[in-house]
Amino acid sequence: MIWVDAILQGVLAGGLYALFACGLSLMFGVMRIVNLAHGDFAVLAAFLAYSLISTTGVNLLWAAVLTVPVFAVFGYLVQRGLLNRAMNGGALPPLLATFGLSVLIQNSLLQGYTADSRALSPGRIGTASLQISSQISLSYLELLILGLAVLVLGGLEFYLSRGRTGRMLRAASDDPQAAGLVGGDPRHLYGIATALAFGTLALAGLLFAARSSVSPSSGPSELLFGFEAVVIGGLGSLWGTLLGGIALGVAQNVAGQANPAYTLLAGHLLFLLVLILRPEGLLPRRRLA
Amino acid sequence: MSTLLQIEGLTVRHGQLVALRDVSLTVDPGQVVAVIGANGAGKSTLLETVAGLLPAERGRVLLYGGKDVDGTDVTRLPAHRRLRAGIALVPEGRRLFPSLTVRENLLTGQYRKRPGPWDLPAAFELFPWLPERANQRASALSGGEQQAVALARALLGNPRVLLLDELSLGLAPVVIAAVYRTLPRIVAQGTAVLLVEQDVSLALRSADHVHCLLEGRIQLSGAPAALTAEEIEAAYFGVLRGAS
Amino acid sequence: MSLIRGSRDRAVSGDAAAGEAVVVERGGRPARYTAIGGVVLVAVLAYLPYVLVTGVTQTMVVFYYLAAMALMWNLLAGYAGLVSVGQQAYVGLGAYAVLQLSNWGVQPFLGIWLAGLVCAAIALPTSFAAFRLRADYFAVGTWAIAEVYHLLTIQDNSLGGGSGSALTTLSGITPTLRDALTYWSALGVAVCCALGCFLLLRGRTGLALTAIRDDETAAGSSGVRVGPAKRTVYLAAAAGCGAAGGLVIVSQLNVAPDSAYSVQWSAYMIFMVLLGGIGTLEGPIIGAALFTIVQQYFSADGAWYLIGLGATCVPAAIWLPRGLWGLVEHHTPLRIFPLGRRVRAR
Repeated sequence: MIWVDAILQGVLAGGLYALFACGLSLMFGVMRIVNLAHGDFAVLAAFLAYSLISTTGVNLLWAAVLTVPVFAVFGYLVQRGLLNRAMNGGALPPLLATFGLSVLIQNSLLQGYTADSRALSPGRIGTASLQISSQISLSYLELLILGLAVLVLGGLEFYLSRGRTGRMLRAASDDPQAAGLVGGDPRHLYGIATALAFGTLALAGLLFAARSSVSPSSGPSELLFGFEAVVIGGLGSLWGTLLGGIALGVAQNVAGQANPAYTLLAGHLLFLLVLILRPEGLLPRRRLA
Repeated sequence: MSTLLQIEGLTVRHGQLVALRDVSLTVDPGQVVAVIGANGAGKSTLLETVAGLLPAERGRVLLYGGKDVDGTDVTRLPAHRRLRAGIALVPEGRRLFPSLTVRENLLTGQYRKRPGPWDLPAAFELFPWLPERANQRASALSGGEQQAVALARALLGNPRVLLLDELSLGLAPVVIAAVYRTLPRIVAQGTAVLLVEQDVSLALRSADHVHCLLEGRIQLSGAPAALTAEEIEAAYFGVLRGAS
Repeated sequence: MSLIRGSRDRAVSGDAAAGEAVVVERGGRPARYTAIGGVVLVAVLAYLPYVLVTGVTQTMVVFYYLAAMALMWNLLAGYAGLVSVGQQAYVGLGAYAVLQLSNWGVQPFLGIWLAGLVCAAIALPTSFAAFRLRADYFAVGTWAIAEVYHLLTIQDNSLGGGSGSALTTLSGITPTLRDALTYWSALGVAVCCALGCFLLLRGRTGLALTAIRDDETAAGSSGVRVGPAKRTVYLAAAAGCGAAGGLVIVSQLNVAPDSAYSVQWSAYMIFMVLLGGIGTLEGPIIGAALFTIVQQYFSADGAWYLIGLGATCVPAAIWLPRGLWGLVEHHTPLRIFPLGRRVRAR
């Protein structure tokens, strides 16, 4: 029974990984950019929300309602102001620029907030749980997170496959010049992709801080997990990212049940195993949606 | 003014190479104008500059028929705004979006469409085999089918000037003929066509007016009926005949 | 026709004429100056422990192992196109190799060199996993691999587990001698890395790498063995970083997994190479020198210098893609390491 519990906990944890990862998947799918500062931006969102909550006293929901759109706009500006220019230089400059941003954000947070970790209070939902059996109880917060992940990923998938702009995003990812010929401005379209990515990573960051806690140096490990979820699930598929996140969560939790020291190792080993045996991932598709 | 597109003194560089030298030509509504020339003569450069993919060093590209009686200068307009202005390019090599389906490719053509007669039903009528392939990925189509989709995609924006870059490239003669048969229906709506073609006889058969480019300069212009084979050969290959 | 025959004749005689008129050379006189200058420089540097204070030589040890790391990262990213954020795997493995070897009775100063070999050996199977990643994901994949080695090392309690361990076998030597030996080892590793890179790039592998860098598919179809070329570079970089890791533990006399395998090492490598000049041999060395100076003077201010570095990295990635040495190369004919070929009229 404890193994069933471990698997279920893993599935719930996977929801958060998937939410983290979908922004990575989006930015890579549309623009071939690996945002090395992805995790750090999520942590930044969490810390800014923390400051917002502690100064104004609003609850987590309102903080999220404010932070997520602000980060989406921020993402648009970062893409248009910085990353579009970096992309002109090939594949290396965006990687190095985002790496610089990662270091910048981590150390700025360190200076501003000290190295202590912070948590965001989710209110009553944080402690309540659904009792399934005597040994298995599922936290409402984690169920909510999984639900949100499914909603967000599903929504993005729908947007990309049916929406007018979503279609242009896929077109721009195939051939930015040809997209221009049909009237789509690649710079603006890339901005939208990053805005969506930043919106989701802000949400993921806040939820992560609500579920456990964040410190200024949490970013890189979140980036790693997000990235592993994308690869395990399959590059270019958002549903694959969800599956990958869940697979990662389950692997970590099941291994952790056997020996807590194996938790992280199991995740990394699963990632490497997928790399070696099935590099295209579990649900591979060539492009997004 | 009965001119729709006016190209004036266009000079374009590719790095140090001057690809187009002081090129001027006009296209009237409903007219098919062909530009022929050997490889490297500058034909594709001309279309790409009119479409906004390449910057012009000197010269102007003017569009008439809009609000401005003196014509709108689109020379500096970025590529993605030219469709709204009325210029659509069917690029060399088709350049469909490979991961999108045929239908989705056509729909992208409507992203910034102008008001006009071309819509999906009209496109399906132009190429009757389209509806049954509509949900296939564009990359699964043959060259000729891709060319048709690329053409339809450009038309769906309802351009006033349609630029066709080497439609025949890589296609079987039967397919080329089928694609070129659609031209009269396109210009019947008042659209002007400026096309670039390697196949000289095809260009002469399809166009109302022909220009021959050599090393970036227009060597010869005229209606196909008025030009002799020798004149065209001379202009095409740049064979020196006395003072040239 | 007469036109063609005539040109063939001209070509034949042209060849002879060309052979007399033009010479294609590797380095010529400037290269000889560099070689002599290099030997003199190394000799001078080797003499320094006799004249300088320990504090300065210790700083120079840091410079040497940072330069080694920068050269290795540059070899991977600048020449083989493999952008790695996981070289800390080999820094950590190298440090722990020295520790393990000293536990088995091997003198740490010898252990440094053996650690390089050990890392190359570990890099071989690792490369088969790493190379299955697409180019864009190679960066983060190498990071995950580094984390695996990190976590595996923590499992080993004989090496100190999570809290690390001290290198005790050097306590018998007098500090001055130990510092001098550390200095010479570090200088040796740095010189070997620079020379190794130089010889690798001058040889067939270098030619293969240039071809791969320009167009991998075309290189492959021209007969360049892409896989082995990249693998050679990956192994060499692992060896260099391993030796550097050995230097870290020998100079600090202790090691902890979190710092030995920290992604900060990759951050330093990226800074140094980016600012110094990627794709050149002079660039990483200059970047390492700059970074050592900055670190020495500013690390007292806490995280600020890292904020500054991160903030510098961003515009540098966009506007200074060839780094500082790239500026020098662009505006002057100065080249310290003669890697190209020049055509000279006799």
